[in-house]
Amino acid sequence: MTHPPVTPAGPARVWDEQDDRRALARTWHDPEGFFGWFRATTHQAIGRRYVLTAFIFLLIGGVEAMLMRIQLARPENHFLGPARYNQIFTMHGTTMMFLFAVPVMEGMGIYLVPLMLGTRNVAFPRLNAFGYWIYVMGGIFLYANAFTGAMPDVGWFAYPPLSGPQFSVGKGVDAWAQMITYTEISALCVAVELIVTIFRLRAPGMSLNRIPLYCWSMLIQSFMVVFAMPAVMIASTVMLLNDRTIATHFVNPAEGGDPLLFQHVFWFFGHPEVYIIFLPALGFVSAIVQANSRRQVFGYSAMVLSQVATGFIAFGLWVHHMFATGLPQIGEAYFTAASMMIAVTTGIQIFCWLATLWTGRLRMTAAMHFIFGFLFIFVLGGLTGVMLASIPLDLQSHDTYFVVAHFHYVLIGGALFPLFGAFHHWFPKITGRRIDEGLGKFSFWLLFIGFNVTFFPMHILGLNGMTRRIYTYPASLGWASGNMIATIGAGIIALGGLVFIVNAISSMRRGAGADANPWDAAGLEWSVASPPPPWNFTYQPVVSSRVPLWTDPALRTVVTGMRTDRREVLVTGVTEAEPQFRTVLPGASLWPFLAAAGISIGFAGSIFAFSWYYVAAFLGALGIIGWFWPSPPKDVEP
Amino acid sequence: MRPGPQSAFDAAGSAARVTGDLFWYFLIPLAVIFLIVIAIAIISIFRRHRGIEQEPLEGTHRPSAQTERRLTRVVTGASVLTLLILLGFIVASVATGKAISGRAMPSNAITIEVSASQWWWNIHYLNDNASLILTTANEIHVPVGRAVLIRGVSQDVIHSFWVPSLIGKRDLIPSRVTTAWFTAEREGSFRGQCAEFCGLQHAHMALWVVAETPEKFDQWMKAQLADAANPSTPSEQAGEKVFLDKGCSLCHTIRGADVEGLIAEGQVAPDLTHLASRMTIAAGTLPNNRGNLGGWITDPQSIKPGNHMATIPLAAAELQPLLDYLGSLK
Repeated sequence: MTHPPVTPAGPARVWDEQDDRRALARTWHDPEGFFGWFRATTHQAIGRRYVLTAFIFLLIGGVEAMLMRIQLARPENHFLGPARYNQIFTMHGTTMMFLFAVPVMEGMGIYLVPLMLGTRNVAFPRLNAFGYWIYVMGGIFLYANAFTGAMPDVGWFAYPPLSGPQFSVGKGVDAWAQMITYTEISALCVAVELIVTIFRLRAPGMSLNRIPLYCWSMLIQSFMVVFAMPAVMIASTVMLLNDRTIATHFVNPAEGGDPLLFQHVFWFFGHPEVYIIFLPALGFVSAIVQANSRRQVFGYSAMVLSQVATGFIAFGLWVHHMFATGLPQIGEAYFTAASMMIAVTTGIQIFCWLATLWTGRLRMTAAMHFIFGFLFIFVLGGLTGVMLASIPLDLQSHDTYFVVAHFHYVLIGGALFPLFGAFHHWFPKITGRRIDEGLGKFSFWLLFIGFNVTFFPMHILGLNGMTRRIYTYPASLGWASGNMIATIGAGIIALGGLVFIVNAISSMRRGAGADANPWDAAGLEWSVASPPPPWNFTYQPVVSSRVPLWTDPALRTVVTGMRTDRREVLVTGVTEAEPQFRTVLPGASLWPFLAAAGISIGFAGSIFAFSWYYVAAFLGALGIIGWFWPSPPKDVEP
Repeated sequence: MRPGPQSAFDAAGSAARVTGDLFWYFLIPLAVIFLIVIAIAIISIFRRHRGIEQEPLEGTHRPSAQTERRLTRVVTGASVLTLLILLGFIVASVATGKAISGRAMPSNAITIEVSASQWWWNIHYLNDNASLILTTANEIHVPVGRAVLIRGVSQDVIHSFWVPSLIGKRDLIPSRVTTAWFTAEREGSFRGQCAEFCGLQHAHMALWVVAETPEKFDQWMKAQLADAANPSTPSEQAGEKVFLDKGCSLCHTIRGADVEGLIAEGQVAPDLTHLASRMTIAAGTLPNNRGNLGGWITDPQSIKPGNHMATIPLAAAELQPLLDYLGSLK
């Protein structure tokens, strides 16, 4: 293997950039037409689809939330019956956690990480496409079952024995459990390819200590996915689904199984899941704060180490979801301490951002509005989280609206507001058009006010005794006014969502054109045209600092000599990112779609009969054989 | 949003009181931290407009080394302070946890077994003397000043016992036994509700705990231990017969009901021996009065859809005596 030459960029170019662009366009464009759409493997196409699909699920989950708020607006309301209400809160939680929050973060990562790292695609483009198709099919599978009458109604964590064969007849819970299999496979695909992309495809010179903070958070998140997702597949598929379909007796107490076993395994996933959603959002915050405070984020090493620590501690506090089950006191004390320690690692990051903001030159873009909204809402949610870490306080607030308020504060404040900020921040990059800042700020204020009006009263409702997941309540308990206020707030949120959607669509159609770097930001993604060409970088950049575009242009260099007639990327070392060799990434292919479809058919059937797993194995094997069928090499290395 | 009869703000039991104290101990420092963080964030927005001098960032995009060092000191200090505050919280939390743990329970506690089913509470006052074991449903009476040990079991799915004014949650888990204890510190009626989602009618699974003086409690106990009063009027006697003839007794127990050898000792539904002494029917769903009871017996599925009570068609001539009889079960 020869190292490709690394030559300085300058006026004395001996190569023809236009020629290279034309050749790269021929090599990298995803095929067109109806069938071409199913063959796309560029990270931009897959990332955009992930985000768009996830936003559709956000809309569905939001409508479900609105229905619940209407039902709860008044005591003894008859808008929804108990059966429908239980189904809707289950679908709301499931949709938001599995079909929106994780996939949207994965999708943003797929789109942004290769651009930020200065490479042309993710490490495994076909696996990337496969992961997307599996995710979409899982979502369709859940909702297809729901609309044909098999809607799960046992909550998004589906505790047995309520979710077991005796107490939940019908196929709703099976569909729920199998949908998790789909989305977790998809998340694992993304995790693996992002880990490899971040470790091996970075631009030359982007040593570990120069990786953008967002890519660090995606790297840590991906590792968490690798360790957490298998746990939920064991809980939902191996234990629960098998108990239901082939009468294994893992968690069914009627047959000697242990219902608490399910809770342990589920929350071993379920708590890290929160950080899986939340770490990428912290990456957004760092990137947006850096660009809009005009200075490097304070405390790079502290930020990275805090996130790594979060990744570890997150696996050591799942029991705080189970304090009410009555564990021995020594264990409880340990989990209290662990749960509080996560506030230290998060606190350090908050302090670093505050230091950055304090000494920066703030530019209050719409994205920055969402970051300040994040600070307000997330810090409040984090502080109620400290309360929930205390066992006595948890025993009072567990499974009440206090907890409902808490986790909406941390998830909407901690993940959704940064995500919306990211949407406004990277919108010009992704679409090539500026988003309307005025409408963006208007939607922020509606969402921010609506959010607090909806969820703040829930703290008080919870301590006043209102338990979660009740479809109605008597007027005598004093919960009516708080619930009415919350429902009004939900209406304001819906209005904010509407403004957001209108703004996105109208800006996409009629927004002013965006140049490569509308914010004068520092990341490599801003060095390419908006929207980026499918090959991202005509010449891969060489990086000499943490803020590549804020370094002296005279010192910026690029890599030349890469072949343009095949999808070549440069592979670099894990720590120093020194160029090691070139590798060829596979091009467009229909096989990931076919393999995903074959496996999906088998998975979908398997909730009716176990033998469909054989169909999944057979069709999946066929798909993978096609996928890996060797194609003749373009030609040998020169 | 004033506290109702089911509020953790209105503590009347030992566990709820110390937990309430702990809540304020947490809330005040946390609120101060929140205000400081938000103040710093907001001031940083307006700093530049107020003309406060800022270092130039152009070119380097970094403040001076001196500023960075100062920031490092402040951030480090704040992080250490966070750690110390959290340590304080842990100590306070563990201390409170010990105060409400099983080891701290006084030895003279009365033991009440709470056995949850979809969607009602079966209550057994346990006693070494079998003749003093009492079975009732959906309403617990406790003496003020004496510790009560709740022994929780479940007959079907996971439920959670929670009476916010008296005690935090304890899950009731099938195939397991869980325990928790509290001492009622003043008289009153306190509502509780199942806190772990348990299926269709999770919303209608409430219970009442009545804390009363030891004298009143002993009287109540004595009355409850007695068999049901013999029906005194002809209508009540007819009602007893309806109860035993129409199949009510397949699920419900009325101790002492006996017509020509027919007795009522069904075990899968609430014990009705002293139904008329209770505050509510259908696990806290409706106030216990003649009208509600009649509606409940006639059509339980429209009041609490999906509940496991059978709908038994009764003629008006059967319902009225039945209500007379049930109303006499003081």
